[in-house]
Amino acid sequence: MDNILSILVFFPAIAGLLGFVVNKDSARAYGITVAAIEFFLSLWLWFSFDSANAGMQFVELIPLIPDMGIGYYVGVDGISLFIILMATLMTLIGMMSMTITENIKNMIITLLFLEMTMVGVFVALDAIIFYVFWELSLVPMLYIIGAWGGNLRIYASIKFFLYTFMGSLIMLVGMLFVAYIYHNLTGVWSFAITDWYSLVLPVNYQLWLFMAFFFGFAIKVPMFPFHTWLPYAHGQAPTIGSVILAAVLLKMGTYGFVRFSLPMFPDASVMMITPIAVLAIIMIIYTAMVAYAQKDIKQVIAYSSVSHMGIIMLGIFAMNAEGISGSVFQMLSHGIVSGALFMLVGVIYDRRHTKLMSEFGGLASVMPKYAVIFGIMLMAAVGLPLTIGFVGEFLVLLGFYQVSPIMTILAGTSIIIGAIYMLAVYKKTFFGPVTNEANKTLKDLDKKETWSLVPLVLIVVWLGIYPKPVLEPIDNSVKAMISFMHEKAITQEAKDMIKVAKTKEVK
Amino acid sequence: MLQPINVSLESLNLITLAPMLIAIAGALIILVLDLINNKLHKSLYVMLTLLVLFVDFGATLGLNVNERGFFDVMLIDGISIISQLMIIVGSMIFIPLALTSKRFHEYSYPEFFALFLFMIAGFQFMVASDNLILIFVGIETASLSLYTLIALHNRSNSYEAAVKYFTMGALAAAFYAMGSAVIYALTGSVELYKVAEVMATRLNEAGLMIAIFGSSMLLLVAFAFKLSLFPFHTWAPDVYEGASAPLAGYMSVVPKIAAFVVTIRIFGMYIDLGVEWVRIVLLVMAVVTMTLANIMALVQEDVKRMLAYSSISHAGFIMAALALDTTEGTTAIFLYYALFMFTNLGAFSMLWISRHKNRRFDKRYDHPYEKFAGFIKIMPVGAVVMAVFMLSLAGVPPFSLFWGKIYVMQAAVNAGYVWLAIVMGLNSAIAAYYYLKLIVYMFLKDPVKDVDTIYYNLSKPLIAVIGFATITTIAAIFYVQPLISYLYYMISASGY
Repeated sequence: MDNILSILVFFPAIAGLLGFVVNKDSARAYGITVAAIEFFLSLWLWFSFDSANAGMQFVELIPLIPDMGIGYYVGVDGISLFIILMATLMTLIGMMSMTITENIKNMIITLLFLEMTMVGVFVALDAIIFYVFWELSLVPMLYIIGAWGGNLRIYASIKFFLYTFMGSLIMLVGMLFVAYIYHNLTGVWSFAITDWYSLVLPVNYQLWLFMAFFFGFAIKVPMFPFHTWLPYAHGQAPTIGSVILAAVLLKMGTYGFVRFSLPMFPDASVMMITPIAVLAIIMIIYTAMVAYAQKDIKQVIAYSSVSHMGIIMLGIFAMNAEGISGSVFQMLSHGIVSGALFMLVGVIYDRRHTKLMSEFGGLASVMPKYAVIFGIMLMAAVGLPLTIGFVGEFLVLLGFYQVSPIMTILAGTSIIIGAIYMLAVYKKTFFGPVTNEANKTLKDLDKKETWSLVPLVLIVVWLGIYPKPVLEPIDNSVKAMISFMHEKAITQEAKDMIKVAKTKEVK
Repeated sequence: MLQPINVSLESLNLITLAPMLIAIAGALIILVLDLINNKLHKSLYVMLTLLVLFVDFGATLGLNVNERGFFDVMLIDGISIISQLMIIVGSMIFIPLALTSKRFHEYSYPEFFALFLFMIAGFQFMVASDNLILIFVGIETASLSLYTLIALHNRSNSYEAAVKYFTMGALAAAFYAMGSAVIYALTGSVELYKVAEVMATRLNEAGLMIAIFGSSMLLLVAFAFKLSLFPFHTWAPDVYEGASAPLAGYMSVVPKIAAFVVTIRIFGMYIDLGVEWVRIVLLVMAVVTMTLANIMALVQEDVKRMLAYSSISHAGFIMAALALDTTEGTTAIFLYYALFMFTNLGAFSMLWISRHKNRRFDKRYDHPYEKFAGFIKIMPVGAVVMAVFMLSLAGVPPFSLFWGKIYVMQAAVNAGYVWLAIVMGLNSAIAAYYYLKLIVYMFLKDPVKDVDTIYYNLSKPLIAVIGFATITTIAAIFYVQPLISYLYYMISASGY
């Protein structure tokens, strides 16, 4: 099946349309079945994926507006493959664990449309198609946060929408400008990313364009100081919204850096290493501290999420194979771990309708299974060796060490601060005597919750011990991209910077 | 002594007049029918009007590009053909909206339909000529009919709107007449192509700039009124509020297309002559219009007024494309309006179906945001359709207006105005807020009071129109390519 990518993109959308007909009571089962089929399709994609080939695979190209150079152009490489898998997996698991009963049919249909846009973003190889899915993903999320969220839900959802929308419009101008330059140089209109890769731009153009794309991506990541929408969005979103937001939507930003900024503007990227690393480190340390100060468990995880995204950013701008592969891997691990943590918070919220740590204490004795899974996920979030969190974080730090040891040490403190706030959460919530009467009768995880969390635990441990099957295809594509960037860079510093990684590899 | 004039019928090239004559003949037929039998139902008139428009459409489509006729007064070039086609299509979507399930008295008069067709003939004259006098005649024919159409909606604020529009329109007409007079004084001609020739030869004369300044400013004021550009936009929200919803939607599209064509002809001429400050004035006006209208729209409490300000802002967008004066910029104008037409008329039709004859939702406003609160629970399909229109207006891909927006922005970037593209982008972000506000009310809030009014007017023809608008909004990606290449071909053929 050469057109498996199109099937992956449009299957959930068609299922969503047909979902309008499905009876309300069966909507949940329908959603889970569709998500499962989608997940198996993505697994199939993985099995038919050729790991040795670092280029784009399963490419499809249908011209849509040839006068403007816009076409439906999709493909997948090692970098995007696993993010797609994670997106379909998290949608499936999120749906399985969902406890919402109100308007369930609308929720399922919305989620299916959201899944289409998520997969679409990661397979798009045409900038406009990328942009279409990128923007379209805002609408279902707006609805999810706004319709099922907490008290401030409308404020949070609008803030989420407007922030991202604003950033991406500036990115759109950047895209149009690249297309214009491409037209000037070649006489052909094209929005295909692979065509754009071949453009060698003067450094000042690169810098401006880098900035334009930066706004779009940085708001999505979210980079400090554009991160303020995220705690609101997480704080107000229902569990499923937080899971998808943390696991997949944030990855669109970091993925954008890898897909667009680095290969298109290698010189500008090298010049921006220090400013971005500084922002990333502020983001890592500052938000980790903020996380420590939170009283609400979900807010702790939201801020820790921002902090971990800082690590990913740092790795991307290490400009070497370890750093970037580590970052991509960290995207997966962060997606799975933070998704699982949000689900775990959702479990306790469903029982007690509060997320304040002060309300809990001693849960370990009441809910042992829950405590164990929470503990594992927490360790993975901190980056304990033999969990999925360790691999990515270690590679990123290793990669960035070649750029700047001091900054790497600063970033490394995130592990320590992370351990502090995470363990503090764990201590306050799970250890000690059960002080609150209401907590004594809490039920442990039921079947549905267990079955949605156990697969994630297995993945966390499996990829923590043996990351090779995932890491290898990523590494292949990343290396190909780096050598390409090295070829393309025009300034000497950039060549040196990117070269360091290459010679290192050869050793 | 007067020379005897000898005119052969062929040299008149009367075929260029055919489309307007068809519209006028249709109007006369309707009046005659009423004379014979005055008990005919409105549905007959609606269908008759549609048929006349259909013939008109065919006649326009059959015209040859770049012809002149009728003593060279008529000019059938590419933009005149595409704008006539767009005017007719816009009118064809508008007229079935008369077939509401409830009876509104303006539509029971055959005069409404006759006036409507006269108005279309007026617009067609406006776009199919480069003679300042014929343009003036076209403007006045169209405007006077339009004022009457507004007033026919029998409500106190409709009269207010009509009178306001009439006064402003008269003022604009005066400015137009004075501007044309200055041009005539300068060049001794009212034919724009001759004006351009004469001006080009005299461009380095001392003092000519002041005269050009005078003429272009007077004309600019006239068209700024017609196009509702800042600072001459203040009439628009009140007039839209007073007019019936479909007519308001119609006014935000069709008369503006006609006025834009004339603006392209006049100001494109100035820019082509190398009078660079005209471009700067237009650009400043465009940027201020889109920004201020957006900010005003943020604070509106009534959906119709919000849409009024939003269409002002869209007009600003298009004005910016006009100021570029490139083939792409001009194509962008028509592409944008072609896409905007469906979406905007669709949005106004959604307001129309919620219109109650005598029960107003609120004392001050007829369509406050609260009216649409919880729409998703009352009428899910309606809410989704309205949301699609709003997202399209906000420029969310893949809905139709997004393609218009990127085409305009791409044209700006290509002409070297990257800052303009950024301003447009930021404006779209501001605009997203007020469109979202409606979506938030529809999807995320609970209904406030008795809600039966919300789909009060729904009927099959209205469903058909709205459905058509929805499909064109959603499936834009599939027809944008042929549309662009047709528009681009026609525009470059006529040398813009």
